[in-house]
Amino acid sequence: MRPVNMLGTWTLFLREIHRFLKVKMQTIVTPALTAMLYLIIFRYAMGDRQVPGMEVDYFTFLVPGLAMMAMLQNAFANTSSSMIMGKVMGMHIYLLMAPLSAIEVVTAFLAAAVVRAVVVAVAFLAVLMPFVDLSLLHPGIILLYGVCGSIIMGGLGLIGGMWARDFDNVAMVTNFIILPLTFLSGVFYSVKQLPALWQQFNHANPFFYLIDGFRYGFLGTGDTDPYASIVVVMGTVLVTIITCWALWRSGWRMKE
Amino acid sequence: MNALEITALGKVYNNGNEALHDISLNIPQGSFYALLGPNGAGKSTLINILADTVRASSGAVSLFGRDLFTQRSWCKRQIGVVPQEVAFDPFFTPREVLAFTSGMFGCKPDYDWIDELLRRLELIDHSVKNTRQLSGGMRRRLLVAQALVHKPKLVILDEPTAGVDVELRRRLWDFMRELNASGTTILLTTHYLDEAEELCDHVAIIDRGSLLTARPMQEMMGEIASSYLWFNYGKKLELSVEAVETLAAFEPRLTDEGICLKLGMLEDGSTFHEAYQAAVTCFGAPRDAGLRREDLEDVFLRLTGKQLDNKMNGENSHAAG
Repeated sequence: MRPVNMLGTWTLFLREIHRFLKVKMQTIVTPALTAMLYLIIFRYAMGDRQVPGMEVDYFTFLVPGLAMMAMLQNAFANTSSSMIMGKVMGMHIYLLMAPLSAIEVVTAFLAAAVVRAVVVAVAFLAVLMPFVDLSLLHPGIILLYGVCGSIIMGGLGLIGGMWARDFDNVAMVTNFIILPLTFLSGVFYSVKQLPALWQQFNHANPFFYLIDGFRYGFLGTGDTDPYASIVVVMGTVLVTIITCWALWRSGWRMKE
Repeated sequence: MNALEITALGKVYNNGNEALHDISLNIPQGSFYALLGPNGAGKSTLINILADTVRASSGAVSLFGRDLFTQRSWCKRQIGVVPQEVAFDPFFTPREVLAFTSGMFGCKPDYDWIDELLRRLELIDHSVKNTRQLSGGMRRRLLVAQALVHKPKLVILDEPTAGVDVELRRRLWDFMRELNASGTTILLTTHYLDEAEELCDHVAIIDRGSLLTARPMQEMMGEIASSYLWFNYGKKLELSVEAVETLAAFEPRLTDEGICLKLGMLEDGSTFHEAYQAAVTCFGAPRDAGLRREDLEDVFLRLTGKQLDNKMNGENSHAAG
C-alpha cells in the first residue's frame, strides 16, 4: 500500500485556490455584481408578485436559486478551465508527472471547486440578503446541498475539461449542457407552474433537486421533500466522484 | 546498480504509428547518459513513458530496482524531467512555481534550495515576476529548476539547451556536471553532438524507434577514431563506375559540396597521398580540402544515415556535408 501524498494533494488544492484568487475580479467580484443586477431587475421591475402555491414573493423565491446556480456554474468553471488551460498550454504534463494518485488529484480539484463555489455564494448572498426576507432556516441542509452540488459540478467540469481538446469544446459543454440544465432546474420558477410533461422532465434533472433542496434550507418550503432528495443527490455525488477517479486513473484523453 | 533498466519497451500510438520497438537499455547509476537520435526517432516517446505522460504498449522498466509501472508514485519522486515544451502557469511567479512543484512531489518547499536553484540558473532577479514576463531562455531555465526542486536521483533533460545562449549553456552544463559528480544520474537528449561527446560517459543512439547502439562513450570513441579527407568541389558530385572502383578502398561518402574519403592508416602516412590522388583522378583538383578526425556526428550519420538538425558549427557541416 503506497502512502498517501497528503502534502501533494494539499499543494494541488492550494494551487487551484490560488489560481481563482489571482483573478478574483472575474471569479468573485463578477458574481457579486451580477447579484446586484438581478436585484435591480427582479426586485424592482417584477414588483411583489407572488409565486403560485407558495407564500413568498417572487424575488425571495429567486435569491436562493440564483445563489445555487452561481455556485454550480463556478464549481464547473473552476475545474474545467484549469484542466483545459493546462491541456491547451501544455502544463497538464506537470500534473501527470507528479506523484499524485487519481483519488488525490480528484480530491484536490473537487475541494478547490467547492471552496470557490462557497466563496461565490457568500459574496452573492452578502449583497442580496439585506434586501430580502430570508434567513438561514436549515443551515445544515443549505451546507449539504451547496457542497454536494459543487462536488457534482466540479466533477462534471473535470470530466468536461479532460474530454475537451480546446476552449471551444468546453464552451460547448457549458452552453449546451450545463446552462440549459441549470436554467431549466427551477431557479426561475416553481415546477408547480409547469405543464405535467415539463414537471416530469424536471424530476429527471439532477440540478432540480439541488436547487430545490438548497432553497428549502432558506424558505422551509419547496417542490420536493429535501430529506428524500438527499438520496438522489448523494447518489449523484458518488457516481460523479467514481467516474472522475476512474477516468483520471485510465488517463482518458490525457495520456496517449 | 542501474538507475534505469529498460526491457523490450514498445509503444504503438492509437494511429498505428510504432514509435518504439523493443528497446532494451541499461542506464548505470551515477552516469551521464546521452540518448541520441534524429527527429522522430522515439526519444521523446521514451522520455514521456518514463515521465508518465505517455503509456507504454509493452515491456518493462525498473527504476533503482523498483518496477516503474506498478510503483509509480515512489518512482516519480526519484525522477525530475525537463520537458521539451516550455509551458508555465501564467498566474504564478518562478518562486511560486518552484514551491508548488516541490509540494506536489510531497516535499515541503525548501526555500534555501529554491534560492540556490534560482541563483544557479540566474533567475534570482526575476523570481517575483510573473512567468509570462520571462524571456524564452529564462523560461527554459525555470523548467530546469522545476525538475530539480524535489532533488531527484535521476534527472532527464529533453533538449534542454535549445534556444539558450552559449554562455548560459556552459554554465548550465557546469551545474549538471556538479549534480552528476554528487551522484545524480543524468539522461540527456540533445541535438548538439559535441555537447554529448564532452559531457556524457555513455551514449545510446536510437532511430525509427529501434536502438542502434548503446555503450560507454570511451568505447564508442575508441572505435571511431579514424580520419577523413574532405574535398570541396562546390557542387554535388556523381560517382561514375570507374570512380566507384577507384575510391572503393576509401569508403567514399558524397556531401552537398563534394566528397569525404576515409583514411585507414593515417599514422604511417600510407593512404593520405593515395586518397588525394584518387580524388584528383576522378574529379580534378578540388577548391579546398582538409583533414578531419571522425567524431560522434560521423558515427551517428553512419548508423542512422541522417544528420541531426540545428547543427552548431559550420566546420562540421562543411566537412560532413
